[in-house]
Amino acid sequence: MKKVLTGNYAVAEAVKMARTEFIAAYPITPQTTIVERLAEMVEKGELNADFVRVESEHSALAAVYGASAGGLRAFTATSSHGLLYMYEMCWWVANSRLPVVMALVTRTIGPPWNIHTDHTDLLTLRDSGWILAMSENAQEAFDLTLIGFKVAEQIDLPFAVGLDGFQVSHTAEVVDVPEQSEVDEFLPERRRNKPFVIEPRNPITVGGLTTNECTMILRREMNRDMEKVGDLVKNAGYVRDYDLVERYRLDDAEYVVIMMGAWCGDAKDAIDVLRDEGVQIGMLRLRFVRPFPAEEIAKLDCKKILVVERDCSVGKGGIIATEVKSVANSPVQSVMAGLGGVDVGVDDFVSMFRRFVKGELGEWWL
Amino acid sequence: MECMIARPSKGSAGKTGLWRTFKPIYDENKCNNCLLCWLYCPENAIDVVDGKISIDYDYCKGCGVCAKICAKKAIEMVREDEL
Repeated sequence: MKKVLTGNYAVAEAVKMARTEFIAAYPITPQTTIVERLAEMVEKGELNADFVRVESEHSALAAVYGASAGGLRAFTATSSHGLLYMYEMCWWVANSRLPVVMALVTRTIGPPWNIHTDHTDLLTLRDSGWILAMSENAQEAFDLTLIGFKVAEQIDLPFAVGLDGFQVSHTAEVVDVPEQSEVDEFLPERRRNKPFVIEPRNPITVGGLTTNECTMILRREMNRDMEKVGDLVKNAGYVRDYDLVERYRLDDAEYVVIMMGAWCGDAKDAIDVLRDEGVQIGMLRLRFVRPFPAEEIAKLDCKKILVVERDCSVGKGGIIATEVKSVANSPVQSVMAGLGGVDVGVDDFVSMFRRFVKGELGEWWL
Repeated sequence: MECMIARPSKGSAGKTGLWRTFKPIYDENKCNNCLLCWLYCPENAIDVVDGKISIDYDYCKGCGVCAKICAKKAIEMVREDEL
């Protein structure tokens, strides 16, 4: 059934349809309307979940940790400073192999205070062990939330669904919502025994002091399991097929743009403009940052690659470009743009891509 | 993952009773069976057998908490080398 939903309401709808059993979150713009809507659903009896109000994001993810360790399907959502405040717990969740799903509505990290989107907050999770997805629109935010629960529970790694603040989170779009029966078939009740479950009659401690080798073994196993996530996404059996990347006008592309998130829609329009001018340009859109789609990038057979990203690792530059360079077989150019939510529209992308093709593009789009 | 999980088990650090300098000696005649020593023992080395306390000297490290908490002074700490 088609519904008009904002990105945030689409995520809330997906969390409800997943029959999530436990939610804890602390409000932060632009994430707030996800948990606001979920609180309403619980209050009205549409969703049979415990909704725990907490005093901080650290407590929110700590509560979700406990619920997930106790065997429940658990969810939280946050943005930017909220993510940083819960950062320690993010690592606890990952290293304890808990299949938590979190919506991360991307927002610039201050100061200066800023509520608009960039991707630096999402990328702080890069090395933690979370599966990191980034959606382009409300439909993907909805779909990736459901796929998130499925894949997380299959591989016992937490799953973050990124969506751009305001551009996706607060923009209403038509979302194709499957029937509840289809979702139930796709996503059965969580298996309670995996990876462990804490219960009163079977006392265990998780993550206490161990030998140093335990950390080596754990991270090696996580890294190995993360490599399986691409196949799990492809074979998830969801109503729509998904992949780690989206390929847009890529078959004969001599110039390839690599990006992620909401602004890819505008960039695709710009690609259409250049195509009309006879420029063979296309896009490889990253739907996932972790696992990193290394194979898909290595396979690109083109003259040159442009990575456009809303983040900066100070002292090294574009984070995604650095990673793309490590696997690409064509020259890679990096451009950082749209940090702090600076608007980059179709005209900007047309101009940017023309300069890229001509070899006249600098590292900062300002 | 398994290496992350610890389960309650006896003596994973070996027989820690060997660490003991002072040994708790229990006088059944002074004891009124209040079981405070059982409650307070930080090592779980005091057990209740047939309603009476029993000290597991394999794991008792001789900390003396039981003797300190005992209102009836039914537990006395004695140097191992004086026994």
